[in-house]
Amino acid sequence: MFIEKMLSSNIQSLDAAIDGIALGSAANASRRSFIKMSVGGAAGIAIVPGVALAQGSTAAAPKPGQKPTEQPAAFITIAKDGTTTILCNRMDMGQGIETALAMICAEELDADWSKVNTAFGNQRGNYVDPAMGMHLTGGSNSIKNSYTQYRELGARTRAMLIAAAAKEWKLDATALTAANGVVSGGGKRLGYGQLFDAALKESVPESVVLKDPKSFKIIGKPTSLKVSKEKATGSQKYGIDVKLPGMLTAVVLRPPVFGGKLKSMDASAALKVKGVRAVLPVDLDRGAKGVAVIADGYWPAKLGRDAIKLEWDNAGVAKADNTALLAQYRELAKTAGLQAPGDQYKADLSALANAPKKLSAEFVFPYLNHAQMEPLACTVDLKANACSVYTASQMPGVDAAAIAKATGLSPDQVNIHVQMAGGGFGRRAVPTSEYVIEATNVAKAYAATGKRAPIKVVHSREDDVKAGYYRPFTLHRAEIGYDNEGKIVAWDHKIVSQSILKGSPFEAFLVKAGVDGTTTEGMREPYSIPMQLSVHHPQINVPVLWWRSVGSTHTAFVMETLLDEIAAASNKDPVTYRMGLLADDARGKRHKETLQLAVEKSGYGKKQLASGMHWGVAMHESFESVVAFIVEAGVKDGKPVIGAVTASLHCNFCVNPRTVETQIQGSALMALATTQENHAITLKDGVVQQSNFHDFPMPRITDMPNIAVHIVPSNDPPKGVGEPGLPPFAPALANALRRATGKPLREMPFKLA
Amino acid sequence: MIRFQVNGKPASVDADPSTPLLWALRDNLDMTGTKFSCGMALCGACTVHLDGQPIRSCSTPISAVAGKNITTIEGVNADRIGKAVQDAWVVNDVAQCGYCQSGQVMSATALLKRTKKPTDAEIDAAMAGNLCRCGTYTRVRAAIKAAATAIA
Repeated sequence: MFIEKMLSSNIQSLDAAIDGIALGSAANASRRSFIKMSVGGAAGIAIVPGVALAQGSTAAAPKPGQKPTEQPAAFITIAKDGTTTILCNRMDMGQGIETALAMICAEELDADWSKVNTAFGNQRGNYVDPAMGMHLTGGSNSIKNSYTQYRELGARTRAMLIAAAAKEWKLDATALTAANGVVSGGGKRLGYGQLFDAALKESVPESVVLKDPKSFKIIGKPTSLKVSKEKATGSQKYGIDVKLPGMLTAVVLRPPVFGGKLKSMDASAALKVKGVRAVLPVDLDRGAKGVAVIADGYWPAKLGRDAIKLEWDNAGVAKADNTALLAQYRELAKTAGLQAPGDQYKADLSALANAPKKLSAEFVFPYLNHAQMEPLACTVDLKANACSVYTASQMPGVDAAAIAKATGLSPDQVNIHVQMAGGGFGRRAVPTSEYVIEATNVAKAYAATGKRAPIKVVHSREDDVKAGYYRPFTLHRAEIGYDNEGKIVAWDHKIVSQSILKGSPFEAFLVKAGVDGTTTEGMREPYSIPMQLSVHHPQINVPVLWWRSVGSTHTAFVMETLLDEIAAASNKDPVTYRMGLLADDARGKRHKETLQLAVEKSGYGKKQLASGMHWGVAMHESFESVVAFIVEAGVKDGKPVIGAVTASLHCNFCVNPRTVETQIQGSALMALATTQENHAITLKDGVVQQSNFHDFPMPRITDMPNIAVHIVPSNDPPKGVGEPGLPPFAPALANALRRATGKPLREMPFKLA
Repeated sequence: MIRFQVNGKPASVDADPSTPLLWALRDNLDMTGTKFSCGMALCGACTVHLDGQPIRSCSTPISAVAGKNITTIEGVNADRIGKAVQDAWVVNDVAQCGYCQSGQVMSATALLKRTKKPTDAEIDAAMAGNLCRCGTYTRVRAAIKAAATAIA
């Protein structure tokens, strides 16, 4: 029922759905038109049913005319003592969405905030993104797509509580009011907890009147995470902490080259390790074959793995190598690639040859590991006719569909219990469901021995660093012509980067004319520049994935450092220069407001900087939010010195300023990491060279700059903030350092020497 | 069987003596508040106290803690300073994903036990071994200062 409904849903909602999946928004205009085309054809729809099927079965049958995502009973429970639990339809990886959605719901519910707590839903129909039709945490979409949904859920429940009280007291509902978890009227009062059971029997209102934002008491106020105490006292459980009765723990020995296969194995020593239950060959991602060591706990499993003697078969497996990759990418960038779709990328380049001034630049960005603090973990309880999975997944609907396929179970028999994540940054949103399917295969292999137990597969840090699914290694080549006033007359640009989405269920939505939208997002927009953009997508034997802010991790750096160079070469102030490239439309206005706020708060152009310190400016829109950074930085003893950092953000209406601040600060630090020495994944002869935090280092407290975050006031519908803070930080820093050294930085991590 | 004290209570673990204290706590004693992240004493997520000193439990075999007193995130609130640090962590909204925060709290508590009113440089030195990928360091500093004020 729901499935048919979803598949026959109108183009508009599916359009919004797919637009929501887009982990980027810079090319929205062209993307929307593309989406309509692809949804109109079979290709667009063909992908969705598998996911829809896995998510389609719902806990509560939808009422006529209403969707599962609109059912209060699936989201809100109120205990007799008034304790109110609000279920989150996302995975929380530190962005605080479980608190933000609860705030939104509690506001319209008029709940007593002190009695509200939070929990997670599963992958099924109630908990899908109402716009996307799938449970996905990514693309900075959660607030954007669930703001109205959670307000309505709260308002519907409030109306049902009032209706129940009216019935109980034999009064007209209009004579009653609700506030702070209590319904009152006619001299009577009842707490929500006393009314909730009766309220659930009331019909769900088709439409509700939402509050005037001026009367908000919770939304928009700086609010602590509901799980702050749990996280400070160690009682918060994460995916890696799951423990089920009789559960075993497994580690997997994976081939050192992606796609390698097990040739021969001597497991005798491993099987002698106390606590080791089984050593089994297991099918892995990309056709690889490895070994699972299943034991009573992590340490015996690890000791068992260390004791295995084996040989790998790499026949027919391509061995990626950074030296060769760089040469290959450089060669590719000499020729035009696939034309990027969209009129903004099809400029006439005839003015380039005779331009008064020219700038030619190459940029190189490495593979990057997400390095979330909690290594990947997935617990699978596989039974003959059911499969329960416990993991912190950003796409449990996709994963459930893949599990159903891998196990031969029906989608209804798969249930994913979404867990709190110790960081994610995109690594837990895997279109191939790689680590979830691996854990499923381990459970299958164990079941094939005639035994059954829930098995938790735990990745070591080394496993996690070496597993692939990196931000793609990317090369940009720009040839720019401009006049003596700094006006750009022609910009010829090429990007060489593996496609993240080709071959994935998202290809139909986000790859157009062979060009992956996640490669080009963030190019050119919103500046009025005559640009010709083409893309090469080489096929390399290294799995790649979206990584916090995706394409904008490199496109923002390229755009914002090149524009800054041209401004400087033309004796233009970098702020004035950018302002001059922005249109007078709504989008341009949003950018101007953002940059202006950073200018005012930083004292840019007014404050005298210490000797050797320089201003660095950059701005970028991603996921429909605009962020500007103004950084004070210089170089001392060959190393960057960072002074005050000012960030400004336009995310429309801000739901929780307390967490928005941390998202911007955290994004900036993640961006700072990308500039720091050795923060790169490299391959030699097919083998990843890094393994842990000593050779893939991360910023420490001593690296943390003081970052002031300022939010542009707005009452427009809220947008996301999980990613947009990342892209503009590194170019702002690079621009300051270029002023200090006179040399542009065009490689990540930075090489200042 | 290796015996030691955890949060003031006797504990015994029947495991290979090379087993890191981290895994004895997590798998044998069902205390998952102490976190695994690097396994090489590089990130501090697994920090516990051994006779009051901060150690990396991922790289400390249980053979080395026989007869010793271990304090973990689950028990650090029994100490006035540990409680003050946890309270400051909540008030200052330090955690984002929170995965590293058990270790951060244990390192901060050890710092304040040694140095009642740490300077910025002392905070940096004491906390530099604790990685946070979410970038909570600004609030880590603020919370340590708040806890220092609370215990003064």
